[in-house]
Amino acid sequence: MTFKTTTRPDLRTEPDTEHRKPRRRPRRMPETGFDQVFMAGIYILLTTFLLVVLVPLINVLASSFSSPAAVSGGRVFLWPVDFTLRGYQAVLDNSAVLTGFGNSLLYVVVGTVISLALTVMIAYPLSRSDLVGRRVLTGGVLFTMLFSGGLIPTYMVVQSLGMLDTRWAMVIPGALGAWQVLIAATYFRASIPGELYEAAQLDGASDLRFLWSVVLPLSKPLLAVIALMYGVGQWNQYFSALIYLRDEDLYPLQLVLRNILVLNANAGGTDLANQLERQQLADLMKFSLIVISTVPVMLAYPFVARHFTKGVMIGSVKG
Amino acid sequence: MTAVLDRRAAAPPGTREAHRASTRRSLERSLRRHWQLYVLLVLPVAYLIVFEYIPMANNVIAFKEYNVVGGIWGSPWVGLENFERFFANPVAWDLIGNTLVLSLYGFLAGFPIPVILALALNEVRARFFKRTVQMVTYAPHFLSTVIVVSMVILIFSPRIGFMADFLGFFGAPSNLLADPDSFRHVYVWSDIWQTTGYSAIIFMAALAGIDPSLYEAARLDGANRLQKIWHIDLPGIAPTVVVVMILSVGNIMAIGFEKAFLLQNPLNLSQSEIIATYTYKIGLLSADFSLATAIGLFNSVINLILLLAVNTVSKRVTGNGLW
Repeated sequence: MTFKTTTRPDLRTEPDTEHRKPRRRPRRMPETGFDQVFMAGIYILLTTFLLVVLVPLINVLASSFSSPAAVSGGRVFLWPVDFTLRGYQAVLDNSAVLTGFGNSLLYVVVGTVISLALTVMIAYPLSRSDLVGRRVLTGGVLFTMLFSGGLIPTYMVVQSLGMLDTRWAMVIPGALGAWQVLIAATYFRASIPGELYEAAQLDGASDLRFLWSVVLPLSKPLLAVIALMYGVGQWNQYFSALIYLRDEDLYPLQLVLRNILVLNANAGGTDLANQLERQQLADLMKFSLIVISTVPVMLAYPFVARHFTKGVMIGSVKG
Repeated sequence: MTAVLDRRAAAPPGTREAHRASTRRSLERSLRRHWQLYVLLVLPVAYLIVFEYIPMANNVIAFKEYNVVGGIWGSPWVGLENFERFFANPVAWDLIGNTLVLSLYGFLAGFPIPVILALALNEVRARFFKRTVQMVTYAPHFLSTVIVVSMVILIFSPRIGFMADFLGFFGAPSNLLADPDSFRHVYVWSDIWQTTGYSAIIFMAALAGIDPSLYEAARLDGANRLQKIWHIDLPGIAPTVVVVMILSVGNIMAIGFEKAFLLQNPLNLSQSEIIATYTYKIGLLSADFSLATAIGLFNSVINLILLLAVNTVSKRVTGNGLW
């Protein structure tokens, strides 16, 4: 026991500090007075950051479980007041929300599959140095990041393809992200060893065979990152629906949410005769709606966050 | 041997013809051996042409008076009339001003905060605390714009929201969203709330890549924590900071439609109408395709010029650029 302390003399001289001693990295130097004050400042700063982000989220969560009167009167802060599930009941009774939820799930699944396929189909050839015309093609992808056709010119294309007011308009335009293509191409180039390709060639494997049986299985983390980027993006966006869809049965959840939450349409239960009660329930329902529509993303969150972090890292490798 | 001579005779090396011929030969060879790669490219390239490059070409209607009968190519040319129409409208300068002010404010207020968060987190050794702060601060990144705007509307609502009481205490207007002067603050700070944690990730990565021997040397020199941040951390992440900065400046005119449109109401329109939302209204609600396209094109071109300019300046000054 004493041996342990003597092997790390820098720890011995140090009084008990405000946080736990690191397990792997020994403290390098005793904290001076200035450093202690500085660290205290940093902890205060970070705690403030934490609270500023957390408090609104907790407030919404607490409100969603409170009674209509408490929410409407602004009496909820960080803990539910008069706990009920009436808000959630109201959400589940709303057919537009359920339709939107179903539509969004469909758009996320189909859209992600299409996007992922297109991305791999262009990124893999781009990652191969023996592809003739690679530079032109990369330039063609890069240029779309710098300059885009714009709202109306794109709308006209979608219109002339007859996609307006169809489900295709939700999953085809915008299916291919330039950023994702670059990330994927960089990843393929950096992480698939050339020896593997040579070996596959000697075994007589074709390019497609090599892509399918070697490259894709080796690129699972990348595919997860990209699928999640596309999936979360698809779940969260309302813009294509706003411009391309008229039929409310095709609306994704976000557009339904916008109508209820921002435009105040469809307020409250219709069976309530009392005007005040209807207003109160409408207020409460908004909070429950926010929670429910965020659940799919938040359920996947720990997983998603880890991979998104990786995605940012891959993206930061200049390629 | 004769073949080689023939080829030399046909096209002396170094000329354009020779280059073209050799490209064609290698393309033929590559096509024969790797035709599958080119087959893979068919769909994505078709996608790029149809949904990226044809829309770019469609921008010609900015110089035409578009009508449905004539279509894109059959409508009559009108030169710069659409642009003149836009700038003749006094609203034009308000729109440009609103767009610029909103994004510059967003950039100036929002850019340093993720850097500060990353530097502060980097000092913390308590793992649980560090991880908690990270996980919580980047959670809002995954919320949709609709959700964030609804939260803002609810939380600042004078009747329901807790923030209204809080702000009232400091003498702010009771209904922030109906107040045109508050629109920008609401827009920018809710953005910062949503994106800071996520934007900090890239700086955290840069900090993790700094050579540990530098800290060792600083320790021997008796540097305190602030001095280490100033002399080691900041120079260490400078290239990353510059690249992120170029990207943000390059996007200054490309400020998004989604959020401004949702935060708009008739009361704050004088400050919340930006180019993107105006283009939508002119193009899709008033169905004036040519005018809307002209405005959009003006915006994209300014943006492209800004990006190229910032990249050039940055390359000269710091040696870091996007390409």
